[in-house]
Amino acid sequence: MEKPFAITLDVGTSLANHTGSWRTNRPVYLSRKPPCNHQCPAGENIQAWLFLAESGNYEGAWRKLVEENPFPAIMGRACYHTCEGACNRGQLDSAVGINSVEHFLGDQAIAQGWKFVPPAMQTGKKVLVVGAGPSGLSAAYHLAMLGHSVTMYEAGPLPGGMMRFGIPQYRLPRNVIDAEVQRIVDLGVQITYNTKVSNVLETKQQGGFDAVFLAVGAHIAKRAYIPAGDSAHVLDAVSVLRSMEGEDKPLLGRKVVVYGGGNTAIDVARTAKRLGATESIIVYRRNREKMPAHDFELEEALQEGVLVKWLSTIKQAGESSITVEKMALDDQGFPQPTGEFETLEADSVVLALGQDVDLSLIEGIPGLVVQDGVVQVNAQMMTGHAGIFAGGDMVPAERNITVGIGHGKKAARNIDAWLRGSVYTPPPQSEVAGFEKLNTWYYSDAPKTVRPVLDIIRRQSTFEEVQGGLDETNALFEARRCLSCGNCFECDNCYGVCPDNAVIKLGPGKGFEFNYDYCKGCGICVSECPCGAIKMVPEEI
Amino acid sequence: MEQATVKFYQTGTFTVGNRLLAPEQRSVQAGPQRRNSLNSGHRACQGCGEALGARYAIDAAMAATNGQLIAANATGCLEVFSTPYPETSWQMPWVHSLFGNAAAVATGIAAAMKAKGRPEVRVVAQGGDGGTTDIGFGCLSGMFERNDDVLYICYDNEAYMNTGVQRSSATPPAARTATTMPVGPNPGNDFGQGKNVPLIAMAHEIPYVATATVADLRDLERKVTKAMSIHGARYIHIFVPCPLGWGAPSQDTIKLSRMAVESGMFPVFEAEAGVVTGVRKIRHQIPIEDYLRPQRRFAHLFGKHPDVATIARLQARADRNIRRFGLLD
Repeated sequence: MEKPFAITLDVGTSLANHTGSWRTNRPVYLSRKPPCNHQCPAGENIQAWLFLAESGNYEGAWRKLVEENPFPAIMGRACYHTCEGACNRGQLDSAVGINSVEHFLGDQAIAQGWKFVPPAMQTGKKVLVVGAGPSGLSAAYHLAMLGHSVTMYEAGPLPGGMMRFGIPQYRLPRNVIDAEVQRIVDLGVQITYNTKVSNVLETKQQGGFDAVFLAVGAHIAKRAYIPAGDSAHVLDAVSVLRSMEGEDKPLLGRKVVVYGGGNTAIDVARTAKRLGATESIIVYRRNREKMPAHDFELEEALQEGVLVKWLSTIKQAGESSITVEKMALDDQGFPQPTGEFETLEADSVVLALGQDVDLSLIEGIPGLVVQDGVVQVNAQMMTGHAGIFAGGDMVPAERNITVGIGHGKKAARNIDAWLRGSVYTPPPQSEVAGFEKLNTWYYSDAPKTVRPVLDIIRRQSTFEEVQGGLDETNALFEARRCLSCGNCFECDNCYGVCPDNAVIKLGPGKGFEFNYDYCKGCGICVSECPCGAIKMVPEEI
Repeated sequence: MEQATVKFYQTGTFTVGNRLLAPEQRSVQAGPQRRNSLNSGHRACQGCGEALGARYAIDAAMAATNGQLIAANATGCLEVFSTPYPETSWQMPWVHSLFGNAAAVATGIAAAMKAKGRPEVRVVAQGGDGGTTDIGFGCLSGMFERNDDVLYICYDNEAYMNTGVQRSSATPPAARTATTMPVGPNPGNDFGQGKNVPLIAMAHEIPYVATATVADLRDLERKVTKAMSIHGARYIHIFVPCPLGWGAPSQDTIKLSRMAVESGMFPVFEAEAGVVTGVRKIRHQIPIEDYLRPQRRFAHLFGKHPDVATIARLQARADRNIRRFGLLD
């Protein structure tokens, strides 16, 4: 070829020069576990459903959500949303209102009539679920979705368990429970009400069930010995909250004393206020720091005018007054009597001292172990008797709806595996995407004008059923506050910031890939990834 | 309260792309069809800010001119790492002549295009701070003065990096280079008078002058696109950290340019006909130490006995920028 003066080589492209050989560390894409998901007792993939909600795909978001938890509308009202406490955005401005978006999605599903898609195949296996509370319903849902035939026996007249009989209406309207349970019934789950199972093994054999999930909850109120006159009006919290569901509302009087420091005590005190009590006083033996109730619930109760008598125990209950003794915390933080007494006027005393499990149905089951009043289960949620699983408030765990729902899911997966003769192995857990893994520079500051408005709505939605919580605009806004911790949300940063064009964009939904022929391993993509979805690993030599 | 039109795109326009934005609102670099004018395989160091800045700027200029673009390049890192004979990383017509004459070569190309009746073909000249603020300064000033139809882009990494980190007139005070005082009471570069070429360009009252950094892609692309919509002499000064010359980890290139802006060390602004028309405000202000500390060229200011007085002088420079350009609300 004829070449110009002093030129001896053909022009070539620098693509011939594979600069990837310089590299000692290589970037790799990974998915870390967002703190919210890590925290959720029901194992929801919160980041994933928020991701879908961010683009306005609410149905997709709802469907992603119900893969793990069939009760978004209930959760949106009654879940203690510990996810928000774990949210990385809390360290930036304030946590994403996960619970309020869930509330919105749940209501949207009810309004739009979204249904579960039944499984294509039935396994032909029959599973009995005892108790139609959160844990039992969750297990029934997941078992039905896995293709098993599910029958539920419920001792009460209506489904929901503690969601209905323990949580006051002002926190959880009953039509919401009905709508979300109906969806599970529509999957073919049979619920028989007013049927108390007295002998599990017998019922199992008669019905030809292959496995049983027990989730009868903890309904028996604990009593404390309080010397009380004949005319003293002493009730327990479980029956007070339960009778709120019946025709005859409980008669508590004008001055109500609630004894205990848990969430149930607060529910009763707030209920008493709503029933017209002029004074609703919680008597608790320790102080506010030691109180097991959630602080926001206490705060809301105080705003409503509920009073709390800290460091006090009830010594005696009479017809229209009680005697309390002042307590003092010792070095270990245990309350000790001081010998100082005080009299409080009280028309009634409600004991909210915790609940025990009704263990009558499991008496005499070989292998089944009861310890500290709760049924012992292994890591697969199975009791000592093969094929009988248990979950919810009747097994050792924190007692709340979300934990119960998580138990139901976990038990369903293990029952499914057990019925197939195998053991369920949960997918390997990835590391948690902590705040230090993020580059928060890239997230928009939530506009100042919108945040106060949103905060008000968010607070209302957790406080009282005023309206439907968030509307679409601010639900979308709230969803978009998600930082997508540990999971690529296709911001194109890695693709843009690479000085060597060594990132290949695979297209919407497909993410990215490194071109290791040219990647020099500088690590800019890792440090500029907003959500911590890339990491550097040493090259193997 | 007003809450009907809430626009909040998670990352807004801070990231390169954003799946929530309409395609026409996305950056040039986010597109899978971007031109990669400076292609892979170039020999720039790991984490090179100049390679990144050049691709950002030239891709945007190519997009703005529909690919009808010729580049004249001064001698420097950019020229050396992109075109070792006989390879080239440039996917565009590109010419290199001398260290000091890029502006003049570009002027000639623009004149040739005019003579040939090819008004759609546009011209950029580009070089580092050495080729721009020192060696090519005369040709650059001439190009401004004649208002030649050229966009001159300076990639400022604050020293002669290609030849081994020698001081240039863009080297900041107190920064160590191979040709500044290595020891003594005040090692590193003198405070001196400084030489702010964007302000000098503004003094020529040319149609458009802007500064930008690799930390703010959207701003950079907007300024290049705007420059290409204007005829006459235009100047864009892009701040591009150099991991090797600054003694900084290669992954911190963008972080350092972000910190230079957020500390007030590098003011980002634009000017038309000699008048400042816009500044990029500081979003989260940081003290100058945060910017200086990760760089080994400033390591002598820290350690057991921090040079508080020098750090304070540098902070005063940043504060002056903040006041002068109104970088804070």
